This record gives sequence, structure tokens and C-alpha cells, in this order.
Amino acid sequence: MTEAARKPDPGRARLRRRYAAEARFRLYGMLAVGAALVMLGVLLVKTVAAGHSGFTQTFVALDVRYDPAVLDPASARDPAALGAADYDRLVKDALSDLFPEATSRSDRRALNDLVSVGAAYRLRARILDDPARIGTSERVWVPAASAVDMLVKGFVPRARGPGERALSDRQVAWIDALSGAGRLERRFNAAFFANGDSREPELAGVGGALAGTFLTMLVTLALSFPLGLATAVYLEEFAAKNRMAALIEVNVNNLAAVPSIVFGLLGLAILLGYFGLPRSAPLVGGMVLALMTLPTIIIAGRAALQAVPPSIREGALAIGASKLQVVAHHVLPLALPGILTGAIIGMARALGETAPLLMIGMVAFIVDVPRGLADPATVLPVQVFLWADNPERGFVEKTSAAILVLLGFLAVMNALAVLLRRRFERRW
Amino acid sequence: MAAVERSEERTAPRPGARAKMSARGVDVFYGDKQALKGIDLDVGEHEVTALIGPSGCGKSTFLRCLNRMNDVIETCRVSGAISLDGQDIYDRELDVVLLRARVGMVFQKPNPFPKSIYDNVAYGPRIHGLGASRAELDEIVATSLERAGLLAEVADRLQAPGTSLSGGQQQRLCIARAIAVGPEVILMDEPCSALDPIATARVEELIDELRENFTIVIVTHNMQQAARVSQRTAFFHLGELVEQGDTETIFTSPRDERTQGYITGRFG
Repeated sequence: MTEAARKPDPGRARLRRRYAAEARFRLYGMLAVGAALVMLGVLLVKTVAAGHSGFTQTFVALDVRYDPAVLDPASARDPAALGAADYDRLVKDALSDLFPEATSRSDRRALNDLVSVGAAYRLRARILDDPARIGTSERVWVPAASAVDMLVKGFVPRARGPGERALSDRQVAWIDALSGAGRLERRFNAAFFANGDSREPELAGVGGALAGTFLTMLVTLALSFPLGLATAVYLEEFAAKNRMAALIEVNVNNLAAVPSIVFGLLGLAILLGYFGLPRSAPLVGGMVLALMTLPTIIIAGRAALQAVPPSIREGALAIGASKLQVVAHHVLPLALPGILTGAIIGMARALGETAPLLMIGMVAFIVDVPRGLADPATVLPVQVFLWADNPERGFVEKTSAAILVLLGFLAVMNALAVLLRRRFERRW
Repeated sequence: MAAVERSEERTAPRPGARAKMSARGVDVFYGDKQALKGIDLDVGEHEVTALIGPSGCGKSTFLRCLNRMNDVIETCRVSGAISLDGQDIYDRELDVVLLRARVGMVFQKPNPFPKSIYDNVAYGPRIHGLGASRAELDEIVATSLERAGLLAEVADRLQAPGTSLSGGQQQRLCIARAIAVGPEVILMDEPCSALDPIATARVEELIDELRENFTIVIVTHNMQQAARVSQRTAFFHLGELVEQGDTETIFTSPRDERTQGYITGRFG
């Protein structure tokens, strides 16, 4: 190369390389963000597609006669006797009124299988609500059996191959007849949010798991936030920076990396085994999750405290604020948004946790909605796990629907945190 | 050279102003490293004492000894005696919080709290229980801002955040904040190094006015500033107090050749 050609070249080439490197780096970044967004989108679309039908349920309209001879032969209107009456009988009567041609035993049974066992509960609830209904008749919408629901929603084929669907041709014909008469309808399934778990997909709901999650999170927050905050503030602002502090710091960091099931084992051995706390209870679940969340809150809290400029501390100290006043009046308010973020990250992790809760028995089949911290309960992710494990077709959509509820819970929790953070930030 | 003569000079009591604070044989260590060696210095009442010297000479360290801000640094050890009105400030019995209420401090970088201008000034009086009523507190805030020469500029926006002010205003806000507690001594650690010349001139004027009511110790890199605002000057070098005396004497006829070298700009 000649001298003249070489001279300007290296600079320009280097410049070009630098620009190219920057452009490349931007591209990588955009690719990474894009990939994450696509995956998130696929996940959401897939879950919504699979789960949205779980929020609706097929109902059948029955013309029910509240027959006094069946319900209250003694005419005593005794609530206990009314509660124990044979409501199944009313459902069966209403069905055979609709299809009188079904007379054989097997036909009658096939016909009765079209409506959920929950239908009788609904009639019972209506009578107990108002015993004056005895002797009258009314049109009641009762939940259809899960197999009917699946057929109506199109999850099982209408044309029958061997072993492909649980319904007989006869039953399908009845369903079509009901549908033609306007007696079959897909409605919003309010029971999904109110009911606890059930063996019947059409009766199963996340109500119990929601309440359990709420109670568990309450315990977790009440324990881990004050403890974590106090630990972070003490370690960062008050403790001497000696070997002991370093040891504690290393161990807190290690604790954050401990597999969550180990915390479950700890809960099983100590909280249940030694202290004899109730099994499957939100109280114990919350305590175990609090242990798991603590290191996250401590680490995030310390980082937030460290981020407060030392000049603020010095400024306050120099006008004669005590150490505690410096922390309470200046450092904490400035660090609070960061601390809250850490707490939310920890809580979100706890919300999605399953493994440690399995160890303390929150995986049990629990039908009743928990009313207190010591009641047996389950939580949303465990409910998802339980339903995902269930072979019945009706639970497939329920599983996805429960995931959607879980995501909704998470979104509400995060929104709350953002709101809180805004509030605190605006004050400054 | 004149080493003997110099050391005699160093401990000689100053004529004129009464010593508000005095240091005798102060050694400061950061871990194993000795930052200050046997400092003897008197700070005269209602005077401005300037501490000058090259970077790392220990002048800021000495300043921070005067209100025990060095307590915050764990590796820091202070020995020797420092007294305020004859009372040892490193006495175990003495509450450091009360000391700092009497010996205020202004820092190199303006560090207003992220609160309103009013709350910045009112914070000190509040925590010390001054200004029982709202009206009294208002009075203290107004007086402090007035004395710091800031009131006219911020009177109509006391609720605006302190951080919204310009650098020079922020520094004067910090001075107002220090004054509000009613200190006797104000320590200033290079208060103008982050300010432009106009803001600096404003603060320097202010320091001169404040001298009437307060005793001031100022650390500065700027020798013209030391010459302009101070009555007494102490020159630090490598952890030693090389020379102290009337500002005029130090700047016109320094005894030590290191002082001479520094003020004429040969090193530092």
C-alpha cells in the first residue's frame, strides 16, 4: 500500500468497526427483547385460548316440581329433614318429564348422567333458602355434566369413534333435543370462583385456592416484610462491618439460593413435627414461604439502602440527627420504593411456589373454602398442579383457567405495589 | 532551618479573639495509616479560620474531628484533646448529637434533603424540639433563610423541593439548614468547590456576614478564597500542621518554605 492510501484508512476502518459493533450490539438486544416478548405472548395466548372456556359452563333448564310428597311428607317444614330430603329424585323426575320415552333402567340412568350431581345441591339450596317453594314448580338452570359440557364446547367429537367420547348416541340425541328446545345454554360459571375443589370438573372451583392463597400471602407478608426490613436496616445502617457481618451476609445470600423444597422440609420437621402446628394450614404455608422470601427482601432492601447517597446521611448527622432519626427520616423513605420492589419480587416468587407447600400437606384434596389461618387449605399453584394431574377431560380447561386466575392475582398484587411505590415517591 | 522557632510559634496562644475550640496533640489514624500528626490549633471566637493545604493533607479530616463526623468511619481513631468552650468533645459523657447541634457543618457538595425548602430548614429545629408552635417554626425558618441570604429568592416557594434550586442556592440552603439549629460553630468543607464564581462570591459574602454571630472554620483549596474570607489561616501538609497565624501574615510573609511554596503555587 502506498503511504497516501494507508494514512487515512486505519482511522476510518476503526470508526466503521466501532459503528458496526454498536449496531450489532443493538441488534442482539432487540433480538433478546423480541424473543422474550414472543415467548410471553405465546404463553399468554396459549393459556387464554385453553383457559377462557373454563370460565363458562353449560347449564340445563329443568322444570322442577317441588313435590311435597318427596320433600316433606310430614309437612313439618323441619330444616334438618328438608336438608336430608331426596333432591336427586326431583332432578330425575324433571328429566323424565322432558324425555318420557326413556323408560328402561339403563336409559333412565343415561338420561340422569346428563346433569351434574350439583343439580340436586342447587335445588336443595333453593328450598332451604325459601321453604315456601314446596308444592310449586319453577324452571331452574342446573349445571350439566362435564361430558355434556365438553361436547357443547366442542372438545370431544360429535361423530363417535370407539372409545372417543363418554356419551352414547342416545345421549347426544337428547342433548341436541335440549339444545333445540332452548334448554341448553353456556353461561358464566360463577361457581368457579366460589367453589372449592371437587371430583366433578363442572363443580370444581378456585374459590378455596384463592382464599388459601390470600391467607397464605397475608401470613408471608406479615412475617417476611417487617423481619426482612429490620434485618436489612440493621445490617446496613447499624451493624459493625466486621467478620461477623460478612459471615451473615454470605449466609443470607446462600439462603436465597436454597431450593424451596428444603424450606418445605424445614416446615415439616420443625413447624409441624416439633411445634405441632396444623397440617395443610395457610399459617404454616405462610411461615414457610416467609422463610423463603426473607433473603430476597433482605438483599433487595440492603441494595436499596446502599443506593441512598451518603451525603444525605452526613447532612442529617451534621445537624444533630441521631442514627435512628437519620434512618427513619431520611434513608428509609428514600429507600422504600426499592425495598417495596424487592418485597414484591419475593412475594411474587412465593405466590408461584408449590414445592415447599407439598411438604406441609397443602396438596391435600380440600373441598371447603378456608375461613381462617388454621383451616386446611390449598393455594392456586398447588391447585393447578392437582388439576393438571387429573386425567378427566373437564379439568384441562380448568387448569388453564386456574393459571389465568393465578396470573390475575399476580397482576393485582404488582399493580398494588406500583401504586404504593408511586405514592411514596410522590411525597418526596 | 528554623524548625525550633516554628514549633514554638505553633502552640503560641493567639492574641485577640478568645479560643472557641482548641485542639491539642490530635492524632488521627485510618486503620494503620496516620492521617494527622499532633495537631495543635485554636479556633478563635467570631473569626473565620481557613484550613489550607494540598489534597490529602488532612485538613478535611481535621475539620470532621471538630464535630466528630469521623465517628461514622469505623476504621478511624482519634487521640489527643479537642475542646469546645473548654469541654472535651471526645468525652464519653458528651452526647454527640448535642455536640453536632452546637457545631454545624456544610459540605463540599450541596446536599439538601429531598424535601421542600421549608422542611429542609425546619428539620433540625424539629428534631431538637425548637420551635414548639408552627408560628415559631415559621419564624426560625424565615430567620435562617434570611441569614443565609436566600429568603428573598425562595420566599414565594417554600414548599418547592430543595433540590429544585440552583447549586449556589442549594449550598446556601444547606447553610440555612445548619444555622437553623442555632449552632455556635459552623464547619465548612470546601463549600464553594462545586459552585460557579458568582455563586461563590455570594457564599463568601455570606461567610463574612455570618462571622458576626458564628465561629467559622472553612476548608478551602482556593487560596484567594482563604485570603478573602478568613482572619486566621492554618496550612496543613502531609498530616502536619505546618504553620498557622493571621491570614495576612501567612500570605505575605510565611515562615515555612513549604507554606511559601504552596501559596505561591509551586506545589499543591
